[in-house]
Amino acid sequence: MISSITMQTEVAQRPVEDADAETKLDARHVDFFYGDFQALEDASLAVQARRITALIGPSGCGKTTFLRIFNRMHDLTPGTRATGEVLLDGQNVLDPDTDVIQLRRQVGMLFQRPNPFPKSIYDNVAYGPHMLGWSKSRIDAVVEESLKDTGLWDEVKNRLRRSALNLSGGQQQRLCLARALAVEPQVILMDEPASSLDPIATLRIEELMQDLKKRYTIVIVTHNMQQAARVSDSTAFMLMNERRAGEVIEFGPTDDIFNRPKDSRTEDYITGRFG
Amino acid sequence: MSHPLVRVFVDRLVAALIVVCVMVAAIPVLVLLVFVVIKGLPGLLTPGFFTDAPHPQGVPGGGVLNAIIGTLEIVGMASLLAVPVGALIGIFLSEYGRNQVGDTVRFISDVLTGLPSIAFGIFGYTVVVLTTHHFSAISASVALAVLMLPVILRATESALTLIPQALREAGLALGAPRWRVTLEIVVPAALGGIVTGALLAIARAAGETAPLLFTSFGNDIVQTNPLQPMGALALTVFRNALLPYPNLQDQAWAAALLLVILVAAANILARVYVRRIQR
Repeated sequence: MISSITMQTEVAQRPVEDADAETKLDARHVDFFYGDFQALEDASLAVQARRITALIGPSGCGKTTFLRIFNRMHDLTPGTRATGEVLLDGQNVLDPDTDVIQLRRQVGMLFQRPNPFPKSIYDNVAYGPHMLGWSKSRIDAVVEESLKDTGLWDEVKNRLRRSALNLSGGQQQRLCLARALAVEPQVILMDEPASSLDPIATLRIEELMQDLKKRYTIVIVTHNMQQAARVSDSTAFMLMNERRAGEVIEFGPTDDIFNRPKDSRTEDYITGRFG
Repeated sequence: MSHPLVRVFVDRLVAALIVVCVMVAAIPVLVLLVFVVIKGLPGLLTPGFFTDAPHPQGVPGGGVLNAIIGTLEIVGMASLLAVPVGALIGIFLSEYGRNQVGDTVRFISDVLTGLPSIAFGIFGYTVVVLTTHHFSAISASVALAVLMLPVILRATESALTLIPQALREAGLALGAPRWRVTLEIVVPAALGGIVTGALLAIARAAGETAPLLFTSFGNDIVQTNPLQPMGALALTVFRNALLPYPNLQDQAWAAALLLVILVAAANILARVYVRRIQR
């Protein structure tokens, strides 16, 4: 058994316990099915407001599935079913009466691969605000603000009308982030947002996350443990059980998960024995 | 691993086979095109070809103005009917058609694709000509529109299916309703394919003769009223080619060449347009 003291995983300094931390998103006993196959079993997670929560675990453990339930993206896949509760500010988003459109405006998403619309840079960011019927001047302002928030403004301000597809991968991903920010969400879900990016672009995204968490609640799925350790405040470790359904094995402050894991399976994963 | 020389030989052999296949496919088309140009050019350059109505048989001169106007009008009206409807059905099939209804529509569309084109003529004749008691351009347009429909809707569907799901998810994750994502993101992204499909259908309709025989019927007088019988280039080719007068046979060749030119021009224009808006 490796003592947790010897572990060198570096975790950013931050207050471990927040007395004032409110729970923004609260998943309780979520089961999820693709047809007859159960992909998640009794998964619970309390995401704190204006913090970064990471979901880690080996491939196929249901991290992405779990994440996509939070803004009901699983609705798009026919034959899926989620039970349990996912409370956003106390409202159950799994309730059939939930206004999914409204929900997704509050809970934005950044995907594994940059997926800008084949439109101009400006139109990409303006798409959401335009849809909400905002005035031209307000849209212009929010486009500029969102691009500044993602550090893209200085790089693209002279070519806003050019196609977004000419940007580099890292720029495209930041554009997608700006596009998500433009509708002023409260929560941003990130599904391995840096997995297709080079290390420099990855670093940019991670730096941005630290800025953004002042205003947004972030949930990130990552298969990169170092990334989870670097950026997140809380970490949930997930694993497939013997029925191949994903479970949350351990959830707590990132510092604890990486340095003082309570479950031996977490420790095995963190120390690289498998996964 | 096989001997390097064997690998090089197999590589060359396959490359050569591919070149042969391309030639087998391309040469007949090129020969046909060259033939039509050579045979059609004299007629095309005859004075009055573009500006005159046909002269009575045996009388020298005359043109195909009636047929030019007829083809443009008949195919134009058919496109106005078929392109919007076909594109909308294609959008439905791709975005909302993963079910019984969609499968039924696909099946019907495939059956329509296999019908001989004269059947569409019978359809236009029965539905429009018999009810109005009159041959008319519009009856031909209806027949051609039904003929175009399956081509357009299947092309639209496959163009939309090629658009990555990630793009739809990006829009939906912003809180955009499904219909807005479809119309504002997916369709513009697939516009090139949709336009190509529509053009294929238009080109096919422009060249069809059988559906016109007992719908628009043909007319040697320049006619623009869609409720009257009307000439068409394909009809000119069909009828003049069977006549014993060399100047009218030349006219048939020239009409065929003009048809090719019109279709090619429509193709180029549409592609330039799509490129401009997609930039």
